[in-house]
Amino acid sequence: MKKLKINSNTLLLLITIVLFIVMYAAGCIVYASKGFTHLQTFLNILINNAGLICVASGTTCVMLTGGIDISVGSVVAMDCMIMAVGIERWGWSSPVLMLFILAIGLVFGLVQGFCIAYLDIQPFIVTMAGLFFARGMTAVICKDQVSIVSDKIFTALAGYKIELPFGGYVNKKGTMLMPYLRITVIVALLVVLAIFLMLKYTRFGRSIYAVGGNQQSATLMGLDVKKTRLKVHMLASFLASIGGICYCLNTMAGTTQQATGLEMDAISSAVIGGTLLTGGVGNVLGTLIGVMINGTISTLVKSNGKLISSWSNIITAILLCFFIVLQSIFARIKEASK
Amino acid sequence: MEAGVVLKMQGICMTFPGVKALDNASLTLKKGEIRALMGENGAGKSTLIKCLTGVNKFEAGEIYLDGFDGPIVNKDTMDAQSKGIATVYQEVNLCPNLSVAENLYIGREPLTKLGTVNRKMMNKKAADLMRELELDLDVTKNLEEYSLALQQMIAIARAVDMDSKVLILDEPTSSLDDREVEKLFQMMRRLKNKGVGIIFVTHFLEQVYAVCDGITVLRNGQLVGEYEIAELPRVKLVAAMMGKDFDDLASIKKEGGSDRSNAPVYLEASGMSHAGTIRPFDLNIRKGEVVGLTGLLGSGRSELARVIYGADRNQTGSLKVNGKEVKIKNPIDAMNLGMGLLPDDRKAEGIIADLSVRENIILAVQAKLGIMKRIPMAKQIEITDKFIDLLQIKTASRETLVKQLSGGNQQKVILARWLATNPDFLILDEPTRGIDIGTKTEIQKLVLQLADEGKSLIFISSEIEEMLRTCNRMAVLRDGVKVGEIDENDMTQMGVMKAIAGGEHDE
Repeated sequence: MKKLKINSNTLLLLITIVLFIVMYAAGCIVYASKGFTHLQTFLNILINNAGLICVASGTTCVMLTGGIDISVGSVVAMDCMIMAVGIERWGWSSPVLMLFILAIGLVFGLVQGFCIAYLDIQPFIVTMAGLFFARGMTAVICKDQVSIVSDKIFTALAGYKIELPFGGYVNKKGTMLMPYLRITVIVALLVVLAIFLMLKYTRFGRSIYAVGGNQQSATLMGLDVKKTRLKVHMLASFLASIGGICYCLNTMAGTTQQATGLEMDAISSAVIGGTLLTGGVGNVLGTLIGVMINGTISTLVKSNGKLISSWSNIITAILLCFFIVLQSIFARIKEASK
Repeated sequence: MEAGVVLKMQGICMTFPGVKALDNASLTLKKGEIRALMGENGAGKSTLIKCLTGVNKFEAGEIYLDGFDGPIVNKDTMDAQSKGIATVYQEVNLCPNLSVAENLYIGREPLTKLGTVNRKMMNKKAADLMRELELDLDVTKNLEEYSLALQQMIAIARAVDMDSKVLILDEPTSSLDDREVEKLFQMMRRLKNKGVGIIFVTHFLEQVYAVCDGITVLRNGQLVGEYEIAELPRVKLVAAMMGKDFDDLASIKKEGGSDRSNAPVYLEASGMSHAGTIRPFDLNIRKGEVVGLTGLLGSGRSELARVIYGADRNQTGSLKVNGKEVKIKNPIDAMNLGMGLLPDDRKAEGIIADLSVRENIILAVQAKLGIMKRIPMAKQIEITDKFIDLLQIKTASRETLVKQLSGGNQQKVILARWLATNPDFLILDEPTRGIDIGTKTEIQKLVLQLADEGKSLIFISSEIEEMLRTCNRMAVLRDGVKVGEIDENDMTQMGVMKAIAGGEHDE
């Protein structure tokens, strides 16, 4: 039996990977003088997007069932605010707060999932309500910016560098700088790995694909579609909370306006990574690459220096169009070859 | 429960809003028996099945299943499945984006010690099962890469593998060709020998007599009777189902087959083709003539019609209508030339379920006129009422949503849509598939009537009998090639079968 099957879905993922490599290589050539070739530049993309990677993994699962969750950006903002206010105003310790935030994520997902799966309300509407609620709640908790300074454990976690034993470079002052990762990156990569294994090797994971493939069929084959949809929304909100903690470790603050539009970044990353909005097709590894492509685009725009950062939005828009057109072309080829 | 009985449904009653769907319906199934569940559309076959599988909740009555002491009630399909009642539905209900193996085992995958899905084991089991059922396919490929017929076989294989006591096949043969049907029958007989009770819901009389041991007939939600196959000849069965006499069906032959060989040629296709679906073909159709397209499933019957109609682009050759050369780039061009196409997949291509009967009927007239020109409501109502009356569409009102109509009546609505444009030429692709005998007869009569009015028709059907009744001439297709035509003299069941099978000269 062949180990690797090339069908149109794996081909899409392959194109995404190739695109990422080409883009990054182009950056290395054009912006070599600005440190693009340093391993640290690559790692910084991971560090800056660790939260997004967690969030997008959850979004991917929801999209695989054919649903959508646009509340996750606001959930991240709410998490950061709870973290900041919890530490600075309420005097809670950060491990307790983290557990609290994760629990909130589960409950948030439970409510949304229940409305979607059991009350049969459009996921877009339910999660839009979730979006407004969480964003509003953020401001209700505190309308100012709160910076985290006083919790030792949290600041230690945020500041902890995992140095790599290779790939260092000598800076202008002659010091050897070793490339490093943050804990958030490890968390994010573990999330991706866990979701990848979950999707591929567990009953729940396969049910997600089945529901996305054909909901009616899944019901008739005896799968509990409602429960699957409920669980997948809980998973998405839970991962959004993990993402929120990672995000907070990065920004060390809670503000009402942070992580605005993060849900859209998550969706676009998933789409660029080969997940179909109609559900049933996609892979969390693709989403990881999708996040990296988005990160590379903004790094490229930053490296240019002259362009304003909004150019990265425009490039992402073009890429999204490209991928959606590509998906529909493949769908047509598949239809024609039948 | 009596010995040897595996399933007994008694006095089942169920109401949908405003309709008594089941009124004291019953069914008894023995071990190792294939029992046909017959009845016209709306007789309550599907509803009864759904009561059994837990999709519908019934209000009164009992269901007894072998191995259970008291009456059982299934909460849902999963519950029914776990009790040993498996169902294969009319439309393939599998997930196209999963592999064949996963479709076979989802929900009950073999697990590893860690509790994860054991893919290796699953693929091996699936491959073994496929081999046992003599299906030649790669179980690791996605389901969508296989034809609809194969997908259906996989759906049945899934049910087969679940060690079911009761297997329900709900119209499984509508999308299969003869060879595949025979394969399915082999499978059914093998299961029967294993002691499985099979409920076979179908519209095809021949298939009932080919494979079944008993027949249960429903009409208007009530039990007409439960028979052994030997005690119920076809005529009696049809009479039982329809509550009327067989003469109605037989009379159709006398009206058909008026000679059109001297009528002027309406349509003349020469060398038309579409890459990948149909090789270059010639076809002439005279005014008032019904030309049948026959061949096995996937032989290019529908595809030929689609090229003429412009639904698939014509890549070679030319088309003349009334002696003048025309270019049809898309269906709108065809409609403006006075053509109409009734597609075979009425769910996907024909009916718009959430619009009313009136809106569905007006659709083609409106499209022909252009969407900016509004048809006055009075005119719309006039057209709609005319066709509801003419085709005897059974609907509560002209504003009833089409999805609330039965399959046969939906088909009539699409037919009305095309008739409303007053076409010169109409392509009917499987217009009678999946609808009851009464409606079938009406549609066959209508085809002949339209031909008498001077309209030309292409008639596509999998039922040779039906085509013999309606067609003046038949074109035979095989593997995307038009291989020949059969004229009136040779049009017998045997002659057509031979032409379709082709090639062999064994005397």
